[in-house]
Amino acid sequence: MSQWLTLAVNSISYGGLLFLLSAGFSLIFGLMRIPNLMHGSFFLLGAYFGVTFLAQGMNFWLAALLSAAAMAVIGAIIERFLLRRLAGQELAQVLLTLGLSFVVADACLMIWTGDPWQPETPHAFQGALQVEGLFFPIFRLVIVLVAVAIAIALWLLVDWTRLGAMIRAGVDDAPMARVVGIKVSQLFTLIFALGAGLAAFAGVIGSPVLSVYPGLDNEMLPVALIVVILGGTGSLLGALVGSFIIGFLYNFGQAWFPDLAYVILFLPMVVVLVLRPQGLFGKVVP
Amino acid sequence: MRLVTPQRIAAAIAILVLATLPAWVTDTYYINITSQILLFAVFALALNVLVGYGGLVSLGHAGLFAIAGYTAALLMEAGHGHLLSDVAGLVAVVIASAVFGVLALRATGIGFLMITLALGQIVWGLAYRWAGLTHGDNGVNVSGRPTVFGLGLTGATSFYFATLVVFVITVAAMALFVRSPFGASLRGTRDQPRRMSALGYNVWLIRFVAFLFSGFWTGVAGLLFIYYNQFISPQVAALTSSAEALLMVISGGSATLLGPIVGAAIVVIMKNVVSAYVERWNMALGIIFVLIITFMPEGLVPGSVRLWKLAWQGMRKQPAASGTLKEQQS
Amino acid sequence: MNALAQDTAAGAAPPPALAVRGLTKSFGGLRVTKGVDLAVAPGERRLIIGPNGAGKTTLFNLITGEIAPDDGAIVFQGTDITRLPCRRRVHLGLARTYQIITLFARDTILRNVTLALLGLSHLRWNPFIDLDHQHHLTEAARAALARVGLDHICDRPLAQTSYGERRRVEIAMALAQNPKVLLLDEPFAGLSVDERRDVRNLLTAIPRDVTIVMIEHDMDVALEFAERITLLHFGEVIVEGSRAEVVADPRTREVYLGH
Repeated sequence: MSQWLTLAVNSISYGGLLFLLSAGFSLIFGLMRIPNLMHGSFFLLGAYFGVTFLAQGMNFWLAALLSAAAMAVIGAIIERFLLRRLAGQELAQVLLTLGLSFVVADACLMIWTGDPWQPETPHAFQGALQVEGLFFPIFRLVIVLVAVAIAIALWLLVDWTRLGAMIRAGVDDAPMARVVGIKVSQLFTLIFALGAGLAAFAGVIGSPVLSVYPGLDNEMLPVALIVVILGGTGSLLGALVGSFIIGFLYNFGQAWFPDLAYVILFLPMVVVLVLRPQGLFGKVVP
Repeated sequence: MRLVTPQRIAAAIAILVLATLPAWVTDTYYINITSQILLFAVFALALNVLVGYGGLVSLGHAGLFAIAGYTAALLMEAGHGHLLSDVAGLVAVVIASAVFGVLALRATGIGFLMITLALGQIVWGLAYRWAGLTHGDNGVNVSGRPTVFGLGLTGATSFYFATLVVFVITVAAMALFVRSPFGASLRGTRDQPRRMSALGYNVWLIRFVAFLFSGFWTGVAGLLFIYYNQFISPQVAALTSSAEALLMVISGGSATLLGPIVGAAIVVIMKNVVSAYVERWNMALGIIFVLIITFMPEGLVPGSVRLWKLAWQGMRKQPAASGTLKEQQS
Repeated sequence: MNALAQDTAAGAAPPPALAVRGLTKSFGGLRVTKGVDLAVAPGERRLIIGPNGAGKTTLFNLITGEIAPDDGAIVFQGTDITRLPCRRRVHLGLARTYQIITLFARDTILRNVTLALLGLSHLRWNPFIDLDHQHHLTEAARAALARVGLDHICDRPLAQTSYGERRRVEIAMALAQNPKVLLLDEPFAGLSVDERRDVRNLLTAIPRDVTIVMIEHDMDVALEFAERITLLHFGEVIVEGSRAEVVADPRTREVYLGH
């Protein structure tokens, strides 16, 4: 029973982390129509930034925010000066992000070496909550709370602000949005930067749990891809629901069928792409 | 139809050079590099059937490559002979290609890309995690190479010649394919799929058969690989491997037969030679990818030809060809 | 039995070369084709007109099978082809040209027409022989190009041809398939006066064993050519009849001028 509960708690907190990662990916895919193959790189690089900041003694949350900001800037530069050159050529843009992911992966290896880094859980949230003889690690619960808070913030942004309306218009029909006067190119830069920042934030928040090591990007990207395909591209609700479904599939799958861990994750993705390409809540068909 | 064309002369020279390579290159290191180039050229040519001629970009072909390699390697480890294992490997890869094709061809463009990416990852995940079958990260050792017509292939030179023969057969098959009606049909589906349907072609089936054709030769490359390397590991099926294969196609140019061959040479040389000086091969790979996609998306072979023509026209001040005289007058 | 007796014995006019019954298609919430009925007699020259957005090209797409109808039937030479996949219909003798040029830009115009012919041949699956050496195909392609006056530039890459030449390549491709029913989608669009005359002569020369249905905006040339006219507006047939009838009908004016 307690194993179930531990798995469940891990699933939920992993789901929260996945949401932070996938929300940005979903918005990028929905608006720019490309699967950003360097999204895992943003997660990894952000986590490494966090590790460096924390090693300087910085406050945990400050490190996360700073890392997110830095990654947002990097994302904006990449979009503005590289992706925008290939405007209209989605396939080329996807391959560009793939190439950049290799560059980032190796750069991280160069700078931070191949040893894994595992920052300490922030002091305030160490330990576990004891309820009825069951232990709930506090930090994992905090991750979930943070993810939910950001989910609400994103929802408010997208559904209630003018900027959000423009984003939704761009997701629905970018050329038409342009015609109506929405500066879609600037939106692209903004969303790409936002996605990068969210991924980096997730990377730092998750680092005490997942640790940071070469190859983490290649582990996180496919999971984000699956979440977004399952939940539907361009849909935040889809990213939220998909994240928790995948969180559960991943954790329980790892525990029960370790040999088939990847199959359990990717098979639903293939099934969805084949049967219902727009996913559960999606608006965009890849 | 002229029998002697510039292309045929160039091809004859190339074959002559390759056939006599061991005579004038004595260092087995370079002979081995050339063997690698040839086997990866087979891989690149196979992938190009879909990418260049079919207009379908796959990021999962390393999975097919690995399926052929692993099937043969595991069977050999179990004590079976080379012939049986190799044939089984090819059968396995064609079946896998059929599965990949049925799933991936539900989409085109980016959807196709993502489905093939996912399928390749599934193969990688199985190779990596299903240690009971594949030995996981430890990989599978391949002991020895086959004996063909009484010739053992353990030596670098003899293996090189065997690889060269397979390479030439592959190029011949590809050349036939390109000039054939089926090849023309495939290119038609790349350029105007809806029109092709209205003209009576079964677009899905054409693409599916092309997928099988592509998968088969990918498997051939996979078999060459396990004999060359005497080892196979999950890394072979990883996304980076699929990306490398794609880079070979793109860097050389996907519109010609020469392009993937040149691309394979570029990538293999960079990987082996450059990595002696530069520690971070992946970064170099990534940067080259980015540069080519940004500045020379059609690839080095057509890109160079284009630049050459521009320079030539610039020197001769030749206007571009125009319509009939009548059009020019009206 | 002579022909007259046969007809009398059958007791009816020959079945339409092409008929459409209650054809309906919606895209999302937009109803583009609303219960269209059409019957084109064998050998007839039918013109389909209507303002932009009337659903004319959609009608063609439904007939060729490039899009599937929501409701209704398509009958070709007496056979119901509503469920028949697009790729099979050309084998029955249905050919079309396109409003927007959809030719194979990377190939020569000879190869373009050869591809049209290849689509009807079993050879299209052959991965061994050289397509350029299939003389029966290439000669037939040359002949088709000669009919449209382009055989002198057979080997020119399509990218180096003019717009008018490409329109004629489209027609050559359709004619090369020896269709029983030929659908022409705005064959005169964007052509110069001379080119229009050439294409009109070309079309007039097509024998009566081919039924022609044409969508056109250019009234001068099209009206000359048409025997019967169907006027579409917002996906519905508003007026149909002989050329004189449709031209005189007040509803025609209403559709085009709004009053």
